[in-house]
Amino acid sequence: MTPMSDVMVLLLTFFMLTATFTKEEPVAVNVPGSVSEIKIPESNIMTIFVSPEGKVFMVMDSPDRQKQMAEQVMQDNESLNLDAAQLKTFANAPTFGTPLNVTSAWCNLDGGKRNEYLTKNAAAGIPCDSVNDELKVWVSAARQACGEDMRIAIKADKTTPYKTIKNVMNSLRSIDESRYNLITTLKSGE
Amino acid sequence: MAKKGGSKQKKMNARVDFTPMVDMIMLLVTFFMLCTTLLKPQTMEITMPSDKEDIKQEQKNQVQTDEAITIIIDKDNQIYYFEGKQAEAKLVETQYGKEGIRKVLLKKNLKAAEEVQKLKQYMAAHYTSNAGEAEKNKQYYKEHLDKIKKADGTPTAIIKPSDASTYVNLIDVLDEMQNCYIGRYVIDKISDTDREMVKTQLGRDLE
Repeated sequence: MTPMSDVMVLLLTFFMLTATFTKEEPVAVNVPGSVSEIKIPESNIMTIFVSPEGKVFMVMDSPDRQKQMAEQVMQDNESLNLDAAQLKTFANAPTFGTPLNVTSAWCNLDGGKRNEYLTKNAAAGIPCDSVNDELKVWVSAARQACGEDMRIAIKADKTTPYKTIKNVMNSLRSIDESRYNLITTLKSGE
Repeated sequence: MAKKGGSKQKKMNARVDFTPMVDMIMLLVTFFMLCTTLLKPQTMEITMPSDKEDIKQEQKNQVQTDEAITIIIDKDNQIYYFEGKQAEAKLVETQYGKEGIRKVLLKKNLKAAEEVQKLKQYMAAHYTSNAGEAEKNKQYYKEHLDKIKKADGTPTAIIKPSDASTYVNLIDVLDEMQNCYIGRYVIDKISDTDREMVKTQLGRDLE
């Protein structure tokens, strides 16, 4: 028995030290493989999720930054109004992505309901077409709140149509965010 | 009188029962195995041209030369390319992967590929197990690779994904840029001329 418990303790230490916790994501995003070997930076990163259906979600890497960004958006845009409690919920949300005018209502939902809203509701997702481009509002607010060092990463599903990606890229381009990262996994084989 | 068995003192059992601890550790291991990820996601860095019209026009003029190769990504994993100026070019259909687009791009970028081979051989000859030296070598390799990629005479790739193509198609093509050492590439919109070209030469409708 002793050798086994030894091995177990070793395994446990290994997992505790090397692993990072998986983040909760509203949509399962299956990222494409690539030969690129650059690792993603550790901190100050904003991730834009694009689901296979073409819905856009966003998250900052820390609740603090998410809060700062929301405050900035409230300054810039009157369609977003959150009180202190809603702001706190918003800051701790693992992902968000609703049109600006329903965001406060979304913050009032229960924890489980919020995620359900993002996955099930047809109105979920940050609008980002040429008519109504709210992604622009969020990203420029995040840029102002987090400074020049903030990186933007796009995490899109393999099967996402290019049309949505194009919209996201166009709205980033329109606010002069021309450098960003595309998240991929390591391609096996070849 | 000699009694068999010696003293009456009881032998203490010095063994501790480890079973509960092992149970708990097993649980913890399973928990960590299921709830964490070991793999850090990779990323691909891209820089898109700015939206300022003047820059765009200039770049367009610059890339419309014989050195350019235009790749059109269509739906259902179809991919076409043409070389040089659009007016006199012939559209060729190809496929993804080693035998398809990579072969075409490598042929186009033969000089750079040879240079990279030479550089790789040089790096292999200077292989060291010293960590500091290895880091320096890596830096050296990166610098030279960058120089080769951006050298004069290397082709410029224009990637034009259609609305119906998927994200993985785009990533695959961007990957080939890296595989084939092409340092200059842009992602552009499909124009009406491209649509017409696909229609007349291949008889297909681009979305």
